Amino acid sequence: MNNPPDISQDSKEYEEYAHGIRKHVRGYLMVGATLLVFTGVTVALSYVHFGTQKANIAVAMLVATFKAGLVAAIFMHLAAEKRLIYRVLIFTGFFVLGLFWLTFFAWYDYPIFR
Amino acid sequence: MDTSTSVGTHHEPHAHDAAHEHHELGFWRKYIFSTDHKVIGIQYGLCGLSFLFLGFCLMMLMRWQLAYPGQALPVIGKWLPHIFGPGIADGKMTPDFYNSLGAMHGTIMIFAGVVPLAFAAFGNFVVPLQIGAPDMTFPKVNAASFWAFAVGGVIMLVSFFVPGGPAKSGWTSYTPLAVISDTGPGHNPVFNGQTLWLIGFIFLITSSLLGAVNFITTIIQLRAKGLTWMRLPFFVWAQFVTAFLLLLAFPPLEAAIIMQLMDRVAHTSFFMPAGLVLNGAPAYLSGGGSPLLWQHLFWFLGHPEVYVLILPAFGIVAEILANNSRKPLWGYKSLVFSVLVIGFLSFIVWAHHMWLTGMGSAVSAFFQTTTLLISIPSVIILSAFFISLWGGSIRFNVPMLFTIAFLPMFGIGGLTGIPLAFNSADLYLHDTYYVIAHFHYIVAPGTIFGLFAGVYFWFPKATGRKMSEFWGKVHFWPTLICMNAIFLPMFLQGMAGMHRRWYDGGQGWNVANDHTVWGLTGFEWNKPISWAAWIMGLAQIPFIINFFWSIKHGEKVNDNPWEATTLEWTAPSPPPHGNFVTTPIAYRGPYEYSLPGRERDYTMQNEPVEPAERTRRKPPAELVHA
Amino acid sequence: MEIPYTISTRPDTGLWNAKIGIWLFLASEVMLFGGLFSAYIFLRIDAPPGMWPHGLLNVPVGTMNTAILIISSVTVVLAWASLKMRKYNAYWWYMLATISCGIIFLVVKLGYEWPQKFDHFGIYIKTEALGKYEQYLGNAYAAEKGLPPRLEITGHLHNRAALNDPNIKEYEVALDPLNADPTNAEMDRPHFWPRPATEKIATIEKEDVQYATMFEPRHSAYFASYFTITGLHGLHVLGGVLVFIYMWLPVSKRLYQRNPEHLANRVEVSGLFWHFVDLIWIFVFPLFYLL
Repeated sequence: MNNPPDISQDSKEYEEYAHGIRKHVRGYLMVGATLLVFTGVTVALSYVHFGTQKANIAVAMLVATFKAGLVAAIFMHLAAEKRLIYRVLIFTGFFVLGLFWLTFFAWYDYPIFR
Repeated sequence: MDTSTSVGTHHEPHAHDAAHEHHELGFWRKYIFSTDHKVIGIQYGLCGLSFLFLGFCLMMLMRWQLAYPGQALPVIGKWLPHIFGPGIADGKMTPDFYNSLGAMHGTIMIFAGVVPLAFAAFGNFVVPLQIGAPDMTFPKVNAASFWAFAVGGVIMLVSFFVPGGPAKSGWTSYTPLAVISDTGPGHNPVFNGQTLWLIGFIFLITSSLLGAVNFITTIIQLRAKGLTWMRLPFFVWAQFVTAFLLLLAFPPLEAAIIMQLMDRVAHTSFFMPAGLVLNGAPAYLSGGGSPLLWQHLFWFLGHPEVYVLILPAFGIVAEILANNSRKPLWGYKSLVFSVLVIGFLSFIVWAHHMWLTGMGSAVSAFFQTTTLLISIPSVIILSAFFISLWGGSIRFNVPMLFTIAFLPMFGIGGLTGIPLAFNSADLYLHDTYYVIAHFHYIVAPGTIFGLFAGVYFWFPKATGRKMSEFWGKVHFWPTLICMNAIFLPMFLQGMAGMHRRWYDGGQGWNVANDHTVWGLTGFEWNKPISWAAWIMGLAQIPFIINFFWSIKHGEKVNDNPWEATTLEWTAPSPPPHGNFVTTPIAYRGPYEYSLPGRERDYTMQNEPVEPAERTRRKPPAELVHA
Repeated sequence: MEIPYTISTRPDTGLWNAKIGIWLFLASEVMLFGGLFSAYIFLRIDAPPGMWPHGLLNVPVGTMNTAILIISSVTVVLAWASLKMRKYNAYWWYMLATISCGIIFLVVKLGYEWPQKFDHFGIYIKTEALGKYEQYLGNAYAAEKGLPPRLEITGHLHNRAALNDPNIKEYEVALDPLNADPTNAEMDRPHFWPRPATEKIATIEKEDVQYATMFEPRHSAYFASYFTITGLHGLHVLGGVLVFIYMWLPVSKRLYQRNPEHLANRVEVSGLFWHFVDLIWIFVFPLFYLL
């Protein structure tokens, strides 16, 4: 969602802008419905067996990431956000993945077989 | 109260606006619950300095035990038990009491002393002024941040007076010791030292997070017109990176603290392994947790934290160096690049605090590499500072004395860290006094010298008066000598094998008594070190007196007593609410000292660029003075 | 004294202050929950076989709560859109819907789910005594079928006094279906609809007990993680609800009349926080309830 221009309620510009928002409302409702459907999908898929437990987890996380992506992109307006915000989030993502991966790496790389 | 895109200006002192009642603010809103960044900065500063002093006193108590283990403290030994209870009955320290002093010395110095002073106090006071802003972007959040810090600090203080005394499991609070410490009969389930430490910490972390959000947004959004990123004073860059470190590194520790709180209060087993035996009996816990998990989460913050401690000092040193050598900083771009790289790398080096936890060679190689890499930008910064002195017209005022002393002191601290970056060398040096000497060289004659320099430097801006030069030098020289007398021998003690956190100073351990280093055994070195520490304590008295006396009786000075170039010196001293009489516009870089062809040896950032002055890079048309 | 760019955007960044502020804060929250999730990962990976339970949480209720949060995310963004379109009444109703969803979520979690857990009991049997209770555990059957070992007997504790009285030497437990009929293939995997405890009572000697508590945080690494993460998440939901209530009370109408864009920005910023809270739940739900 673009940042709003500095406008008052009376001008024509405002009417166009408000109309623009109105179009997005439909999008919000569609995304909401999709999220509800995919919640059901998540539950259903959890009763399907994809071989190993790891695979089950991977599938569930994939669906969750898709849902989270929709929330972030559409509800949180990230799809049309400014570069600065992207940069902050990319660094954050890098560091949180670093926390996960490096701790995992440290955990499982040890000289003595446990 | 419609929108405005420019900084408000105050031309008429009595102009009233229904929405702006700040002229009528009462005492409480003006001085206690203020939202003005300068007041908040001073609040943080006074509290930070007080906590630094408290942490210093804790250390002086510890030094007695190290030099004269088991002996009653002279003079104050009689009334200490009345304050601290049975831990110091008859003036003699129990091991637990010594451990409490150690844990609280570290915690208070770092989280209640240096961070609030270096980041919050100096940052709050100086950054908005240096970028030409009227205040921080979120003044109320700023006030909330200070009060969260105050609550956290009070909780830490209260922990000294609960039964059992304050936290005693190190500032690192390693589990499982930290989970079982202060539990059992005689201890309150919640109001015990270790639990209060955890709760207080949550408030301190919250304070830093709120502050970090404020700093970053302010620096991005409220820079004055013409103040591009590469025209920012280096101090602002340093605070910017520091804020990011606090923002992203603190939360995993907050998560870990919540989990340790759950372990202590709800008896969960996040960090308690299965099969633990306590006091001879198996612990009745679910088990399944991991002490290593605590260490990873702790040091994920712990390492960026040490850069939080040094970067603001780098910033302060940069400003004072340029100002007192009357020439621009050498290598501004390298400095900026280096500080950004330090910030980034600091997140992926943390396991060098965990070399002895049994990590394998692959992950160790990774962390050794990143640790060595991060020394490179640090060296670049230090080198740029040294080179900045070359050819300068150096003025040896008190801020500059502390600043020049910072350089070799930080050099020693940084270089002595290199052996610790190798897990092989660290096998020997881990947990010895070598490590203590290394990090204290960086923080004590490093950061704290930078902070002292900053206090003397910006005191005139905050009060309109200078601190006494004479008493400043009386403060400086003994402090410098004592710092080295305290910490240099510690390298020797550490290399001789003396361990950290020995409550008897090594008296009962062979390695501290078997052989001599430079004529004294490891244990015997404790005495001269302790005396140097106590003398250094005395040397701080002139500073304290000078500070408070000068507020009312110091030499009155004009708005720019140091003849500096950055924007804060264009504001009145002290700056009014809203900071600037006219909105500043930046036309040039931050260190335009000794510009050729000029009468004065400094040109302020808001002085327009004459056409004759124009260099290769053309300034934007509208900023050129016609 | 006016702080610039509170409502209008700064030209070179294209952003107003609070937008940057909230995203920075959310970045720190990502790191916070990241720390908790990393704890979850390591505790789970390192749990010995049979020590990480499945099917202990109420999936239908959890699914409903998830739906409630998703709906509240929709209503809050519609509230913001209404404000942008200068429709205060629509805003007020959508905001009320959001607040209500938030409160329902909390009531379900704290008023139903958690108390249900606190009322349930679980005993980890000592390794050497596992054979003695084979009729309730069915480990031979589990080994045959390649299922993880069963180390715990769960159900409703009938003699609550046994928890604190060292003189009472055994626990009387109304068994859960799995322990009542461990070799029934239906019990191999969790079911969508929760199975209530049976009437079958088992007596377990305290000397065979490795560790026995109600389903509290200290019961296991699983419950420790579950209660801590959902508890912290719940605190965030509560915080969000309180902020929304403030933006819905008559004081907000006054701000709307003075400067509607300012209120819209505040709602947007709070809405971003709320979506983040929803986002965390989207991950928490499968990780604890389903997997």
